[in-house]
Amino acid sequence: MTIDWTAFTPWSALAGGAMIGLASALLLLLNGRIAGISGILGGLISRTPGETGWRAAFTIGLLIGPTLWALFNVLPAIRIEAGYPMLIAAGLLVGLGTRYGSGCTSGHGVCGLSRLSPRSLAATLIFMAGGFATVFVVRHLLGV
Amino acid sequence: MMNKSILSAFAAGLIFGLGLLVSGMANPEKVLAFLDLFGNWDPSLALVMVGAIGVGLPFFYIAKGRDVTVLGKQIQMPSRRDIDRPLVVGSLMFGVGWGLAGFCPGPAVVATGAGEIKAIVFTVAMLAGMGLFALISRPEAAKAAS
Repeated sequence: MTIDWTAFTPWSALAGGAMIGLASALLLLLNGRIAGISGILGGLISRTPGETGWRAAFTIGLLIGPTLWALFNVLPAIRIEAGYPMLIAAGLLVGLGTRYGSGCTSGHGVCGLSRLSPRSLAATLIFMAGGFATVFVVRHLLGV
Repeated sequence: MMNKSILSAFAAGLIFGLGLLVSGMANPEKVLAFLDLFGNWDPSLALVMVGAIGVGLPFFYIAKGRDVTVLGKQIQMPSRRDIDRPLVVGSLMFGVGWGLAGFCPGPAVVATGAGEIKAIVFTVAMLAGMGLFALISRPEAAKAAS
């Protein structure tokens, strides 16, 4: 392992993280809900009665973020290397996996760890390990 | 009260999305550089978690001691503590998908909002995966659909 210090952006990562933490705190203290994106989207799909409004509003907020940003500044780079078959396979795995495992980086990672849940800690360690292992296999064993 | 809770959810989503853009999480190239532990590793995104939990912890602690929110909504805190098979298998599936494309759900939606065609394709596949779960987990719905 070597550390890529030229790409290291600690301050923007911390600042963006603090905003994510603040947004999760707002949703919890005002709406009483956990800011788990996979749960919010999954709930939109299964259309739980009386739950659609706030879920749609949160999702629209996520979608509008880049447009609001672009009014004031150039959007940061979004570079997507994966090809279409890979994107579709990855999307299916992420969609199915986050619902089956009841959470993703936001629900288990940010909110679960913020409330010191052992279940979310386990989930976070497992999906992090899965991500590390997959990139290792794809980049260093298969050399894609 | 209805409108206030819609507005607050919208504001939370907006701040969350801007946070993903600021942090670099919305850029799959950056995410994969973070997940490349055995290559030329970019540790930046570990600090997203530090920032988010650092801010989140005190507020989640406050919420644990309350039943209703400032807007009078019930606080719904997950109560399960068990580590069961679906949690392990589902999290592993998610981790593999995350490592393949560099997208997790929030960043995928944000990049979709930025108009990235590849992000839209990923997000549609992700929603299909979620729909598939909804069918599998409700046998009566699966029967009706077949």
